[in-house]
Amino acid sequence: MTIPFLILAALTIAGIAAAMYLRNLVHCILALTLGFAGLAALYLQLDAQFVGFTQILVYVGAVAILAVFAIMMTRSAGPMAQPVFSSSWIKGGCVAGAVFAVLAWAIDRSATSLEMLPPQPEVAVRQIGDALMRRFVLPLEIMGLLLTAALIGAVLIAMQEKPEMQ
Amino acid sequence: MTPETIDRIFIIWKHWLLSYAPAGVQPLFSALLSVVPVLAVFPLLFAITTVLERKGLGRIQNRYGPNRVGPYGFFQPIADGVKSLTKEDVVPRTADQVVHFLAPLLLVAAAFLAYAVLPVGRNMVVANLNAGVLFFFAVGSLVELAVFMAGWSSRNKYSLLGAMRAIAQMISYEVPLVLASVVVIMAAGSLSTVTIVNMQASYTGIWPHWFVFTPWGFVGFVLFMIAATAEANRSPFDLPEGESEIVAGYYIEYSGFKFALFFLGEYLGMFATSGMAITLFLGGWAAPFSFLTWVPSYFWFFAKLLVLIAGFIWVRGTLPRLRMDQLMNFAWKFMLPMTLLNIFVAGAWHFMAAGSVRWLVCAVLIFAPSVLLALGLEKGKKKIAARTYRFAE
Repeated sequence: MTIPFLILAALTIAGIAAAMYLRNLVHCILALTLGFAGLAALYLQLDAQFVGFTQILVYVGAVAILAVFAIMMTRSAGPMAQPVFSSSWIKGGCVAGAVFAVLAWAIDRSATSLEMLPPQPEVAVRQIGDALMRRFVLPLEIMGLLLTAALIGAVLIAMQEKPEMQ
Repeated sequence: MTPETIDRIFIIWKHWLLSYAPAGVQPLFSALLSVVPVLAVFPLLFAITTVLERKGLGRIQNRYGPNRVGPYGFFQPIADGVKSLTKEDVVPRTADQVVHFLAPLLLVAAAFLAYAVLPVGRNMVVANLNAGVLFFFAVGSLVELAVFMAGWSSRNKYSLLGAMRAIAQMISYEVPLVLASVVVIMAAGSLSTVTIVNMQASYTGIWPHWFVFTPWGFVGFVLFMIAATAEANRSPFDLPEGESEIVAGYYIEYSGFKFALFFLGEYLGMFATSGMAITLFLGGWAAPFSFLTWVPSYFWFFAKLLVLIAGFIWVRGTLPRLRMDQLMNFAWKFMLPMTLLNIFVAGAWHFMAAGSVRWLVCAVLIFAPSVLLALGLEKGKKKIAARTYRFAE
């Protein structure tokens, strides 16, 4: 628990909490981006350079912009009418608390065995590339195929054929 | 003083200054000594570039350009700075105050972050990251967010339209920009900018081993520079801020020093991408001939940077602005296939035996598809007859 970790954790949590509580949808996305950036900084603090920079490139650079575009194109970006707390907030809070308890219990249990592990060697980008291209090449290809199929599907849905124009 | 001493002079100064700091604050002081020169030199280069650009554009357009402040108008940036500092900072009443304030700061911060991985001289880099090139493109994507924040928070149709144009253009051209640099990463086998430059800093006879002197390196460099022009929103890709269409685009509602910050961020982004092009393709700080290695390494980096800036100014004064559909067609139907093909050619180059056959095969592999793709851009376009003018009589 170092001071940089505490600052980054507070920043991440504040960003994600603000993403839920702010009234304006665009503000929510900007706050969520702050949370993503904080998470990337946490990865970097753990010496995971590749994951950290990819987090910034994909989530801050692409996902946030995509969400912004989706909001701008589908609805007005004004403040919402309904209240911040939904009517079923007690049930939701119970479920969230239960999930948090299970996760905390699991992490707390594993922490005792974790301390005996030797420190992890620094993973270079080359090793990640080797793993992706040799051992995990089939999952990688399947993911690529899946994403391509999703892309083609999105284009097909978005494409409007106008027979009366011809 | 020997050439080696002059080459290392900034590093020697840094160590000398560092020796005065108490041991406890030395890491912080060392970081400060690396960062402050970057914060000082590149804005200064921005000031010099503004006056050079206005002079150059004036020369191309057959007029004088700035010539009132100082000898030949070279103190114009000081006057510009005083002007923008003393101007009233107008914020629209309906604007989103916080986001409106944060947008220029984020833009400039993101632009400065990119310099962290650029080696401006031998052993002169702020942070030698294992994944340096990835870092560069990651912080580059922050600029899009800043542009959106500026355009959206102003509550102005022109600024929102400009931001949408800018984001669409930046996303489209970021793909070829990254893919064009992949060939160098393949050849160097590393994402570290320092390693990439070191690999190019050797010579055969008097000729250097820069990546631009290979077929895939040359094509990669040209594609990279085209995409960099679009990323920097410069002419002929200046639709987001086309003055005759949507005035100043996403920063139309900014005045005073915030406007100057947008200008600064845009030019810093341009310098950073040019610096990355130099690092990837033009040998970084390496001298162009083996007999010129006695000249300090940082001199070569900035000389190459100024040459690329001159190219940007020349292109801006020469080419007309593209239309939106032309811009998108060019990105997706020409740039993207060419960068993918270039990756294939780089692989073929790697596995073929050295010699003239390899040159011929790779040149044909690049030249023929580029001609076909260019013809494909022309296809389906209606022949436009000569326009007949009708006058009121």
